[in-house]
Amino acid sequence: MSTNQTKVVVTGLGATTPLGGDVPSTWSALLAGESGVRKLDWENVDRLPVRFAAQLAVEPSELIPKAQLRRLDRCQAIALIAAREAWKDAGFAPPVKRKGGKGGDDGPKDGFQVDGERLGVVVSSGIGGLHTALNSYDTFREKGWQRVTPFTVPMLMPNGSSGHISIEFGATAGSHTLVSACASSAEAIGYAIDMIRTGRADVVICGGTEACIHPLQMASFGVMRALSTRNDEPERASRPYDKNRDGFVLGEGAAMMILESEEHARARGARVHAIAAGCGYSADAYDIVLPDPSGEGQAKAMRRALADAGLTPEDIVHINAHATSTPAGDIAELTSIKAALGEEAARKLCITATKSMTGHLLGGAGALESVITILSLREGLVPAVANLEDLDDEVDLDIVRGEPRKLPDGPIAALNNSFGFGGHNVSVAFQRAV
Amino acid sequence: MAVATEQEILDGLAEIIDEIVGIDKSEVTPEKSFVDDLDIDSLSMVEIAVAAQDKFGVEIPDDKLKDLKTVKDVIVYVQNLQQ
Repeated sequence: MSTNQTKVVVTGLGATTPLGGDVPSTWSALLAGESGVRKLDWENVDRLPVRFAAQLAVEPSELIPKAQLRRLDRCQAIALIAAREAWKDAGFAPPVKRKGGKGGDDGPKDGFQVDGERLGVVVSSGIGGLHTALNSYDTFREKGWQRVTPFTVPMLMPNGSSGHISIEFGATAGSHTLVSACASSAEAIGYAIDMIRTGRADVVICGGTEACIHPLQMASFGVMRALSTRNDEPERASRPYDKNRDGFVLGEGAAMMILESEEHARARGARVHAIAAGCGYSADAYDIVLPDPSGEGQAKAMRRALADAGLTPEDIVHINAHATSTPAGDIAELTSIKAALGEEAARKLCITATKSMTGHLLGGAGALESVITILSLREGLVPAVANLEDLDDEVDLDIVRGEPRKLPDGPIAALNNSFGFGGHNVSVAFQRAV
Repeated sequence: MAVATEQEILDGLAEIIDEIVGIDKSEVTPEKSFVDDLDIDSLSMVEIAVAAQDKFGVEIPDDKLKDLKTVKDVIVYVQNLQQ
């Protein structure tokens, strides 16, 4: 239980997504029910079973100089962009260029100066630098090893984003990457909470990033029959809880948040978006891709999140579900929610599935949906599930449809679920700061 | 490839450095050290060397690369090999 535990608060948010290049544009698009899913305009796209995805609304080249971009994988570039937004949102001063270090700049230093010794980074990716790995392999085959970029390894390693962010902001308390497929960045938030609770850091930049919309991924997920094949209407393809859902839509993007001990945030007079109340984990130990059909693993993660946060099922008014729009997964999660919270509490809360608009960011999903959960608590407004035209008969919980849903006043709490291939189940609990 | 003048090699090298590490061409002058003055790391030097080999048509083996500390060193190295 959370008694006598250091309270952790969220003081900064950042994101670059298929709906917008930052948090405000992403949030307003979510409330408007917009879709970030588009047709792919690739050469030979006709050879693929799925010819659409949720690509970034703003290209990283609009924000990062060409020379720097050459040594960053796409997933690392967007991780930096989202981290910079979160950092600024928290009211922190631009990082100082350290002696012999590479981060920082020499611009104006308005804002709170964070002690690098007390600053940590936990940034995840499910896949890592797939574009780099494949591009470098092409170069190797066509031109030989000498022409492969010497940055191939740091660009393809999944911890590259965490490393780059630690360098830019001078974070020396520790820099970590947890890899657990589509649960990766939810785990990153949990680990960041623990870094603060255990006293390793006062401030942690945490989140996730993914950018693997590549023909190989369309083929690999396609051959698993995991993706929607609604090629004629891509923007309507991601439709969690709808009778005619047929799989997930691959998305790309990054989302970051600044977590801070309440004491540290208070001392500097920071604005608090929400309380990062706790995190629960479990492993199915059942199948490498299929979730345990009993839903017990997912339920365990939710129950453990409540216990870790010191919350009761009745405190939870909202869940941002993992709901990827696959036929089996969406309903199985609802069963788990009932098992975790009890039928009565489960029926009282409202559920949304924002992957209907953003697509599935894989290792970025947990962080993006946590950012959305935090905004829902802060604004008292839950975005509706898009494309939900014909509700599946098996849905017996309250799904937000049509218009965004108002949340009650007071210190309400919400869960964000993320489940990953490998049987990883993670649920993060947030509470409104009042 | 025709033998390049000192200025042509300098201009070509400045272009490569601008492209690879984003340092303005005007910063690249003969007396500058790659590491101490231009802050170029060893992995970027590998990329610059490969690009210079392609541009000037000369081989720069690894054991020579470590001796090329300034812009002038590269100019002299390329000129000697081209002649």
